[in-house]
Formats: sequence, C-alpha cells, structure tokens
Amino acid sequence: MHPAISVIFFTVLSGAGYGFMAVLGLGVAMPEGPLAAFVISGIAGVLAVAGLLASTFHLGHPERALLAFSQWRTSWLSREGVLAVVTLVLFAIYVFIWMATGERYFFLGLLITIAATATVFATSMIYAQLKTVPHWHMRQTPLCYLLFAAASGVLLAAGLAPDGMIFTMPGSLLAMMELLIAWAVKVLWWQNAKKTTLAASGSTVETATGLGEIGKVRLLESPHSGESYLTKEMVHVIGRKHADKLRMIALVLGCVIPVLICLAVFLANTGSMWLLLAFGFLIAGLFAERWLFFAEAKHTVSLYY
Amino acid sequence: MTALPQSTKTKLGLVIDLDICVGCHACVVNCKEWNTSGYGAPLADSDPYGVEPIGAWLNRVHTFEVQPDHAPASIVHFPKSCLHCETAPCVTVCPTGASYKRSEDGIVLVDEDMCIGCGLCAWACPYGAREMDPAEKVMKKCTLCVDRIYNENIPEIDRTPACVRTCPANARHFGDFSDPESEVSVMVKERGGIDLMPEQGTNPVNKYLMPRPKTNPEMELDENFSLADLAKENTASAGGFLGWVDRALDRLG
Ligand code: SF4
Ligand code: SF4
Ligand code: SF4
Repeated sequence: MHPAISVIFFTVLSGAGYGFMAVLGLGVAMPEGPLAAFVISGIAGVLAVAGLLASTFHLGHPERALLAFSQWRTSWLSREGVLAVVTLVLFAIYVFIWMATGERYFFLGLLITIAATATVFATSMIYAQLKTVPHWHMRQTPLCYLLFAAASGVLLAAGLAPDGMIFTMPGSLLAMMELLIAWAVKVLWWQNAKKTTLAASGSTVETATGLGEIGKVRLLESPHSGESYLTKEMVHVIGRKHADKLRMIALVLGCVIPVLICLAVFLANTGSMWLLLAFGFLIAGLFAERWLFFAEAKHTVSLYY
Repeated sequence: MTALPQSTKTKLGLVIDLDICVGCHACVVNCKEWNTSGYGAPLADSDPYGVEPIGAWLNRVHTFEVQPDHAPASIVHFPKSCLHCETAPCVTVCPTGASYKRSEDGIVLVDEDMCIGCGLCAWACPYGAREMDPAEKVMKKCTLCVDRIYNENIPEIDRTPACVRTCPANARHFGDFSDPESEVSVMVKERGGIDLMPEQGTNPVNKYLMPRPKTNPEMELDENFSLADLAKENTASAGGFLGWVDRALDRLG
C-alpha cells in the first residue's frame, strides 16, 4: 500500500495525543497552576488535532468532512471521527474545570480515558477491518496501536510530572516497561505479518481470476501501459526494498534510545525532563514503523498485476 | 446509508464469458466514452497526451497466460469491472454515506456530491473496481450504466450497459440474476459460472464463465494421420466403366 505521509502523521500523532489524554484522564499528578494545566493539556490537544488535520490532507474533498460523522453504524472511519471529536470535547471541559478550579474531575477523567482508548482502537480498526490486506487484518493490529499510544502517553506524562512520578511509580520505569511491551508486541506482529501473506489468506492470482481450475496463471499484459490509481495506491512496491533497514531504524529510534534514556533517568533518580527527549525519539521511530506498516502491506488488487 | 440492504428486489449484473472475450478493449473504451458524459462528473485523465498519462476507468481488460499441467499454455483476456457484490465491503466502510447499494436492483453506486475522496472504499474492494477521479477527487466506479438501462430516451435495444452493447464478440451479458429463468441465470447454470475470490466473502453478483476446455491435439490424433492425405482425391467409390479406367490407370503407375 502507498505510505501517504498525511496518514502516517495522522496515526502517529493522534495516537500520541489521545494516549496522553488517556493518561491525564486517570488523574496522574501534574504541575500546579492554571498555566501549567493550559500548557500540558495544550500538548495533548495539539498532538491530537494536528493528527486529525493531517488526515484531512489525505481527502479529496476536506470541505465535506462533516459528512464523515454520519455513518458510525457501519463505518470504522466514521466511528473514529465521532469518537475523536467526543473525546476532544470532553477533554476541553475537563481542562476548563482544571484551569478554573485546579480540580481534576475524577469521573470525567475516567470517561476521557475510555473515550480516548476507544478513539485509538477505532483508528486501528480502519486498517484492521480490511480483509483485502491480510497484514492488517490481524488481531494484534489494534493491540499495537493501543500500546504505542499508551507508550507515547506515559512517556509524555512521566516527562512532565513534577517529580517524574506516575502515581507511586517512577515514571521512567513505567515508561520503560510500556515501551518494551509495545515493541515486543510489534516484533511479534512483524513475525506474524511475514506469515500472513495473501496466499496464506487463501487468495492467489488463480482465485482472483478463477482460472486456477485450468492451470497456473500469470499476467501477460497489464490493462494499461502506464500507472493507474490502483497501481499507485495499492500495488506500491518501492518501500519494501529498504524494509529491513527501516525496521532497524524504527527499533533503534523508537525503542533502544528511549529505553536507554528511561533507564538512565531511573538510575540517576533525577532529570525526568529528559524523558521528553525520549518521547521525541519514540515519535521518530514510530514514523518509520508506520511507514513500514503501509509500505509492506499487500493488497489483493496486486494479484491482478 | 452505508448499511447494506437485507435483500434486493432484483439482482442486476453481468456475466463475462472468458471463452469468448478476444481482448479488443472495446468495452473499456465504450465504458469510458459513455460514462465520461453520463452519470456524475466526467471521467477524467491527467496528462492524457503526455509522458505519464493516468486516468480513471471503470472497466479494464487484463490478459493472463494459463499454463495447464499437460497442455500448451493458453491466453485468456480478462475484463474486470465492479461485480456489484451482495455483501459489498466497499459500502459499509464509507464514512459519509456516499457509497450505497440500491435495494431495488442491487446496483452499487457512489453519490459524488457526498464523497470526501478518502479512498477507503477502494481499499476495501478486493477487485480493484474503484478508482479516484484525478480531477474531481471523488470515487468512481461502474454504475452498471444505470443511466442507460432504465433510460426511456434511448432506443430499447440500447437499454443495456455500454460495455455489453459494444462488445463485438458478445462476451458480456447483462441481466437479472434473481430470476432463475433469465438469460444470465441460465447461462451461469449451464456453464457453471463462478465468483472471483469467493474467499473474500463479498458474494459478487457478476459471474465469470471459464474458457471451454481446449482439445488436445497430441492426445486425439492417431499416428498415421496426415493432413496431406485429406487433400488427395478419393476415387475408391468409383464403379462401372470409369472405375475400371481408374484402376487400370493406377496399375500403369
Ligand atoms: S466489486 Fe468492489 S466496488 Fe464493486 S461492489 Fe464489490 S467490493 Fe464494491
Ligand atoms: S472515497 Fe468517497 S465513496 Fe469512498 S469511502 Fe470515502 S467518502 Fe465513501
Ligand atoms: S456497466 Fe457501464 S459503467 Fe459498468 S463497466 Fe459496463 S459500461 Fe462501464
């Protein structure tokens, strides 16, 4: 599949934004004062909104985007839109109360945690629902999205918390555990993705053409001599060449470096601000991870080419 | 609404006969011709006369080589347009309600005024039957020529999809699959029409008829057969005086 930059930004950034909202909703202690509340919630809001805005660059008619809230009964994309906005509105109310009274309303917070989690889940289902792309149509796909959102959120929260503590745990330790779990699941996903080919899902050029009952099938002539929307969007192959290199880049930037920073902060028992740097590396690593998520995925349409 | 109808009154669709198709691309061209001036926005091309022309088409013809185990390979031309699936995944994923399946005849359409051009429906279709219009930025797909088949302003003989009407070999047939007596239903029954990628669970309405088995010359010819012998004059049945002359002349060498 074609790895569109707008969609990569969308999934990574909004994942981080909603992940952070989910953590804030749990009531993790943050610096005192309305200004701090404003800045901290601003970070969550900006990440989420930047992600959502990036996704609209992908649209042919962004001016009609409101229509996308209408089909939540059947469409995961529509559900994602609705949940994203509901979460944002709840979060805005939460932040307003927080700034005005310094109080963080527990039940509202809990609701935000649930809604933000649901938003990230819906994002993942946009891809995981597609039977046409066996790579994505795996149980662990939503889990990967949720764990990465959680890792982003915990890392940010740990970096901003006054003494680097998340509840009674050192944030650095918690973030490190989160990162390791998320990447372990991702590595498992990569392993499974290798096995979850089109052929393994039962689709071959023989079933695609029905000609399998006669013999072995291969394409003799493409229907068009140049490119088409289909070949550009769904028969994209460029990315696969550098897949192994990118996987290393994703692991180093997104896992090794942030984990080492977390470890250093934990051992030194100070300097939790450095975790924000680790967050930066994680996001960079996730860009590479998400790029691969798209570039390596094979669509059934490729069987016709 | 992107919920699929429980059932449809009729089930309109195409039968495509792979035994007959000669790969002339006439249906491809006539489909583009009709649909660029029919339903919805024109079917655009970008850079049509340049080095990298690219455009939206609703019907395309691939050409495959099929290699049986014990026979020479054969070439199969393979036209492909939307199959108007009964459980169309392209419809349910649409966030706006632009994509829908009609409950009256099962045709899958896009309301172009509602489409935001997100492309998710094209990802959901296993067959590559949807293409984004490069100029209008809305999703395009086969309409089963909905603006022909019910169109009382054109002669009755033309009230059939453009691709069907134009096919010089008669490889495409249009009809109602809900009627077991219809031409298309009978054809599918007799020839064992099949679904493409049944494992995707889309339940396509359109059916494909496989090429008829080829006769295998190596297996059926006897060794003493010679094509040249067929051309020789056969006088074995000549009788009477002429027969006697014939035999006498043969003996002379
Ligand atoms: S062929 Fe593709 S576009 Fe047509 S109804 Fe089936 S899934 Fe949808
Ligand atoms: S491209 Fe248009 S028709 Fe297709 S899913 Fe998006 S809004 Fe619906
Ligand atoms: S039915 Fe009409 S729109 Fe569909 S492929 Fe044939 S000519 Fe094109």
